[in-house]
Amino acid sequence: MTMKSSTRQVDGVTIVDLSGRITLGEGSVVLRETVRDLLSKGQKKILLNLGDVNYIDSSGIGELVSAFTTSKNQGGDLKLLNLTKKVHDLLQITKLYTVFDVKDDEAAAVKSFSK
Amino acid sequence: MSADRVSYTLDSTLETVNNAEETASRMAAEAGFDDEEIMKISMAVREAAVNAVLHGNAYDPSKKVTLAFERTAHDLVIVIRDQGKGLDASKIPDPLAPDNLMKTSGRGIFLIRSFMDVVEIHPSQTGTELRMIKHVHGNPADSKEAPQ
Repeated sequence: MTMKSSTRQVDGVTIVDLSGRITLGEGSVVLRETVRDLLSKGQKKILLNLGDVNYIDSSGIGELVSAFTTSKNQGGDLKLLNLTKKVHDLLQITKLYTVFDVKDDEAAAVKSFSK
Repeated sequence: MSADRVSYTLDSTLETVNNAEETASRMAAEAGFDDEEIMKISMAVREAAVNAVLHGNAYDPSKKVTLAFERTAHDLVIVIRDQGKGLDASKIPDPLAPDNLMKTSGRGIFLIRSFMDVVEIHPSQTGTELRMIKHVHGNPADSKEAPQ
């Protein structure tokens, strides 16, 4: 399995539940198209739930950066939820952990988006 | 202990990247590394394979990637070679520099260097050879002096 993505709405925030691997190829493409699709539909408060993402490579990291930047550029906001240790460590060593808004509680994360 | 060496010749495809990662994971496990080290080694090999397939050989079906693993008494030595134009490592921007932090690419070599103990990049006109070494910890030969 590469990656699965499903979305749900909670209080005006789109939560994207991702599972599997965000790597060069299919995984990165799924993430890119999911975020692009949401932004095109005006759903600009995006919470990426990475709790079931067990692997991410440099391409996947780049895709997260791209999703974050694209969302910001379109007046949106993108945050990360439930990082696994592997993903957390990767964001730490690439100095991106402090760039992203990282949450570990879904309800609090949803509330943190501006109304 | 005698050295064990195994070598593969692979196509310039995404499948090769996945196969290289899986093979590295297996080799690292057989060499006795723990789960975290196995993840680091397999990820370093994946990133090296991505470089070889994408940036080196540019998916050219006529060009091959060779991947070799050598297990010595103290190390796991991994060599991956492409047939591209040769990577000039001095021109790779620092992905941690503030200006580069939000770039969407350019972290592969950095991750390889982060995860492996020794990384050497040998570019030539016929391709790039990337040699990386992970020291085997916990090996009795590592930590004890030979008996007199």
